[in-house]
Amino acid sequence: MAGHTTELDVKVLWGGKESPFQTSYGKLMMWFFLVSDALTFGGLLISYGFTRHNTQDAWPIGEETFNSLPFLGHGYPLIYVALMTFILIVSSVTMVLAVEAGHRMDRKGVTKWMIATIIGGFFFLGSQAWEWSHFIHGSEFGKVELADGSQAIVRGHFGEIENFTVIEAGKHHKKGDVIKEDLMHTFQHAAEKGHLHDGKILLHDGSIAKINKAKDEHMELIIKKDGKKNKIGDAPIEGEAATKLYYEAIYSAQPSRVIYGANLKQNEYGPQQYGQFFFFITGFHGFHVFSGVMINILICIGVMAGTYHKRGHYEMVEKTGLYWHFVDLVWVFVFTFFYLV
Amino acid sequence: MERDDLIEYSLQGHHSEEQGKAIRKKIWMVTALLTAITIVEVGLGAFIKQSSGAWPFVKWSFIIMTLFKAGYIVMIFMHLGDEKKTLRYVILVPYFLFMLYLIFIALWEGLAVGEAWSTYGV
Repeated sequence: MAGHTTELDVKVLWGGKESPFQTSYGKLMMWFFLVSDALTFGGLLISYGFTRHNTQDAWPIGEETFNSLPFLGHGYPLIYVALMTFILIVSSVTMVLAVEAGHRMDRKGVTKWMIATIIGGFFFLGSQAWEWSHFIHGSEFGKVELADGSQAIVRGHFGEIENFTVIEAGKHHKKGDVIKEDLMHTFQHAAEKGHLHDGKILLHDGSIAKINKAKDEHMELIIKKDGKKNKIGDAPIEGEAATKLYYEAIYSAQPSRVIYGANLKQNEYGPQQYGQFFFFITGFHGFHVFSGVMINILICIGVMAGTYHKRGHYEMVEKTGLYWHFVDLVWVFVFTFFYLV
Repeated sequence: MERDDLIEYSLQGHHSEEQGKAIRKKIWMVTALLTAITIVEVGLGAFIKQSSGAWPFVKWSFIIMTLFKAGYIVMIFMHLGDEKKTLRYVILVPYFLFMLYLIFIALWEGLAVGEAWSTYGV
């Protein structure tokens, strides 16, 4: 906007001749808020960088951790987050189109693009919910503590569990019963508790069952914590040797030899702080997206009610747009520093 | 009190259908660019392993591409490029100075702490 001065009432202009930077009060305050919010996110990402720099190779690699797609399983590194990034960029575009329509006083256009933006926002939130759920539940193998005290993450194809055949009766199951339900969940729970021994599982009711399971394929152990023998940065352990080491730990009947998924105390991907940073940074960003969607809905209602049209300008759309673009901006950095680098 | 300052400054933002056409074209161009950069990033990330020799180069190109994306979002989508020059600098310069300082201190310190832990034990 060219720098021409408009004659205005001195009383409303902060006592000066013109408004600072010839920008309206609301827009200026939105910018100041965004700068302070950007400092918060900057601080979070830099503390992430600090932690990552002092743990070095123990830190998980984005493309190894985030390689799944809904319905398609794993083997698709980064595609899902790229999709999320794309959704957010597109919703940023629809927002800027709404602002542009506002400058032409095109109420229908503003409404249309605002609704598209809100839909994009909900899509992003939904994707993030899936991402969190996937992160929390983890992989089929989990992270395993090997015999020498080292910890390894596991890659490969988990052989399906066919059934549990009861060989020693308990309170509920009789000998010879074949259990076919909730196998994976029961198996992982028992592994964490140390209720697996030598290919057999101790069930809740005290019965013991034999685990009938297809063979795992292409197993690979990647060391993430030093032990007596295996060190971080060693070549991955593969094939028979990997299977032997893995099941030695899983079937050791010792609790806490394997971790599945993530919570605030531990996670299967890397150091404890990794999970905490994941939850905090993506959670804090997701909270911003959620508030953004809510604000967009409120403004959209205002647009449809004609509030801004009567006012003669759509500056409210522009201001909420600033916030929405900022959310996209933060995601661009989270995407790079959390997932790519 | 009637806030006529708000109204005046906001009215300056109005433009005609013709100008709108040009602006929309620019918006779609930027969209295509941002999407292309994201695709390149994912491609590089998926095919070049962190253990490979090319990784440091890839890592820095990620950071540069990210800054490019951020620049386009701030300057075009948030149209900071169209605001007064002074406003632009008031927002960007203090932020960048502070961030550069913090990045330098935190990463340098992070390496030193990691070194100390691996030397003397956690």
